[in-house]
Amino acid sequence: MKFAILVFPGSGCDVDMHRALNGVFGKEATLVWHTDAAQLADYDAVVVPGGAAYGDYLRPGALAKGSDAMTHLQAFAKSGKLVLGVGNGFQILTEAGLLPGALLQNKSLKFQTGAAKLTVENAISQFTAEYNKGEEITIPFAHQYGNYYVDQETLKEMKENDQIAFTYADEFDQGSTEKIAGVLNKEGNVLGMMPLPERAVEEILGHVDGQRLFKSILKKVE
Amino acid sequence: MEPNAQQVKEEKLYRQMGMTDEEFDRAVNSLGRLPNYTETGLFSALWSEHCSYKSSKPVLKKFPTSGERVLQGPGEGAGIVDIGDNQAAVFKMESHNSPSAIEPFIGAATGAGGVLRDVFSMGARPVALVNSLRFGDLSAARDRFLFREAVAGIASYGNGIGIPTIAGEAQFDNCYSTRPLVNAMAVGLLNHEDIQKGRAAGVGNTVMYAGAKTGRDGIHGATMSSSELTVEEDTEFPVMQAGDPFLEKLVMDACLELAKSDALVGMQDMGAAGLTSAAAEMASSAGYGVELNLDLVPQREEGMTAYEMMLSESQERMLFVVKKGREQEVIDLFTKYGVEAVAVGHVTDDKMLRLVHKGEVVAEVSADALAEDAPVYYKESKEPDYFKEFQAMEMTEPVVNDYKETLKALLARPTIASKKWIYEQFDTHARRNTVVAPGSSAGVIRVEGTNKGLAMTSDCNSRYVYLDPETGGKIAVAEAARNLICSGAEPLALTDCLNFGNPDKPEVFWQFEKAADGISAACLAVGSPVISGNVSMSNEVNGVAIQPTPTIGMVGLVHDLSHVMTTNAKSAGDSIYVIGEADLSFGGSELQQMTEGKITGQAPAIDLEVEAARQKALLSAIQNDLVASATDLSEGGFAVALCEKVFGTENLGADVTIAGSAVTALFSETQSRFLVTVKEENIAAFEAAVQDAVKIGVVTDDAKLSVRGEENAVLIEGTVEEFQKEWEGALQCLLNSED
Repeated sequence: MKFAILVFPGSGCDVDMHRALNGVFGKEATLVWHTDAAQLADYDAVVVPGGAAYGDYLRPGALAKGSDAMTHLQAFAKSGKLVLGVGNGFQILTEAGLLPGALLQNKSLKFQTGAAKLTVENAISQFTAEYNKGEEITIPFAHQYGNYYVDQETLKEMKENDQIAFTYADEFDQGSTEKIAGVLNKEGNVLGMMPLPERAVEEILGHVDGQRLFKSILKKVE
Repeated sequence: MEPNAQQVKEEKLYRQMGMTDEEFDRAVNSLGRLPNYTETGLFSALWSEHCSYKSSKPVLKKFPTSGERVLQGPGEGAGIVDIGDNQAAVFKMESHNSPSAIEPFIGAATGAGGVLRDVFSMGARPVALVNSLRFGDLSAARDRFLFREAVAGIASYGNGIGIPTIAGEAQFDNCYSTRPLVNAMAVGLLNHEDIQKGRAAGVGNTVMYAGAKTGRDGIHGATMSSSELTVEEDTEFPVMQAGDPFLEKLVMDACLELAKSDALVGMQDMGAAGLTSAAAEMASSAGYGVELNLDLVPQREEGMTAYEMMLSESQERMLFVVKKGREQEVIDLFTKYGVEAVAVGHVTDDKMLRLVHKGEVVAEVSADALAEDAPVYYKESKEPDYFKEFQAMEMTEPVVNDYKETLKALLARPTIASKKWIYEQFDTHARRNTVVAPGSSAGVIRVEGTNKGLAMTSDCNSRYVYLDPETGGKIAVAEAARNLICSGAEPLALTDCLNFGNPDKPEVFWQFEKAADGISAACLAVGSPVISGNVSMSNEVNGVAIQPTPTIGMVGLVHDLSHVMTTNAKSAGDSIYVIGEADLSFGGSELQQMTEGKITGQAPAIDLEVEAARQKALLSAIQNDLVASATDLSEGGFAVALCEKVFGTENLGADVTIAGSAVTALFSETQSRFLVTVKEENIAAFEAAVQDAVKIGVVTDDAKLSVRGEENAVLIEGTVEEFQKEWEGALQCLLNSED
């Protein structure tokens, strides 16, 4: 199993993801600089990490969407292999149209950090099979644009296709439509979520509920 | 047209740049001729208080700065201290007070940006940020605005660049109204062989410039920072420099890659006094000269003069020297990160800083004269009248009628209240190494790849320093060390940010001298030398000085992450111990300020031997796994510390009985005290290890607080929730208020 972590200028949480995959799970993960994105096809899964690609200028994800790397990422997703976007990575995937909806500014208009309680809504996807449906898990978050918005028509479709992976079970939803925290694409091979599962894989750092997300991926692919 | 040298002298134009007549004469003597306009600018910037420490040097010299762990003391971008395994911690604290008073968002943001550059210019990867904030008591709309914006500014920079903010403190007092203090500290890690210094050595080597283009922003910022703020005249200040954390991240990553290359000779950031200080200091410290061709400097605006380029404080710029012939590989390295790097000059053997602009030499000044020959002032010092008066006062207990209501009121004081409103705006866990996030005594990060941790804190109670600068200085250091001990760390070294009023006032300079004496004494007692720091003078508004605020940023080593300790009680049934007895210490206390509306009398006394002995005993008990939770007693005294033990826990409460006069036992701010909890099975060993510890009660599982006094009288009783509510909501509530 080979992971690529797609790095844009400013993707600060690339190292977080790299250490989680390499250090904690002992999996081969490579930081792929955006200009080398043609290599993505050589990998089994791509992670678009958190941070602030292109400094979040214009709005988070907007400039990454225009990067040449996106053509390669689109093709990779189309091939059916797994794509995971967390935090800023989720914002990029919605901007690029790989996932429905958009991320707006938090209702408080402020950056907020904390640990959110999430409800697992879909426990059969390739990213969530190790969880139980309805289970409550705790995953840290850190964002200013964490307010997920999607129109009613698309929402209906998402529900029919079981595309809602996680919802917030507490007050940290930032105003998100139906408290949605993570969504899948129709095909189920792309997951985006604002909470950061790579920050919940080690006891010493306070939370471990993110482990099963990575175990789900590993089990599916290996 | 720029004025000529004769005009600079005759029209005394140097005065506008902050130079005195004597300083100008000194520059003329050093040069052997009249300096032209640009040269005068160079002298004025590097001889400003901010760059030269001309008023503070004689005092700073007295700090203990060496120790077996110290690899780099004061004088470079940041100090370096050995943490074993061939690794070292690199850190520095810096003020950005003046910019934050004018434009708080970008002022505070660039403060974080500047101190990060100080750390990565040493070759160290920044791993954490800490900040120390002082604002008015939030009753005025202007102070609420300054506070909100400064916090958002710090957040934007730290979060944007992806460095976690893991510790800090904030205190509120109207002496800081409209003149806030924003002190930022950055901590980095490196391997010993990667240490870089700001040196321009090797004749013919190439001087390169990387990062943002130079604009007309922040010109003479260093001079501004050395002057007082007068409310009516703030239009005279220069255009503020704005920060760009995105660019800084790219510059940082590129510089850290460059630091591993043998092409690099030396590196320094362009901070205060920009290109002037970087070039002159690098040349002077290496004993060489530097010639710059200003036509090659990347410029954001058209038609910039040599003067403007040299004195600009545009952010996110680095100057470095690389071996001749290696320029292209360095350019390629920066290009990969999308950062412009260009050769702008070369190293010479004549020890001059020579500037060429449009084919002409526009300035030629000895680098040593700029960097080393600033005048040193031995300022007049005078004990203020208030000090004698306060020392002669007999201390009495403040009058308290209702202990419970008084505790609630104290918990809602912004200085004591939960700081969650601040730190939840920071990405406290970026880089995935944060073991203890803000909200405990100190922040702790894991040292990647080891089982060790670095703990960090910043502290200073300026009320104590005002009442008695020497004692207050001691307490600032002692408290920082206490916070590290209570986190399971051995204090290593400290950085400081010495924020004072106008040093030309003998009473202010006396405060400065005495506070420094106190800091030095406490450094020796707790075994932490000063390895870096910053002085911020003239923090005054309309002639009134702030309370002297020598902020201490201290870093400690957690030898094994299993030693990490936090404030919160862990389980019901654990015994609660207090270390140290309360005495009548109400001078400068939160209770005194709250009940009397002012502070008077003597600062709490501190015996450094007792302090050091207790710290040592407690740390050893923690390292031997005998302690379940630990916190020191600080603002608000025992009652507040007891609350913090159970706030935010799952239904824990406390049932304690305390001896002595109730007001003193509950609220006195007596120094060198701790509150700890201990598991049943460790009681005997703990009592043997920490002989000053007295058992006062137990942790309960009923989420209630019960404090009894002499003859079992109920002093305070209530649910944890009713106290926690006051503490948690206070900052938000104050910020929501309308005028």
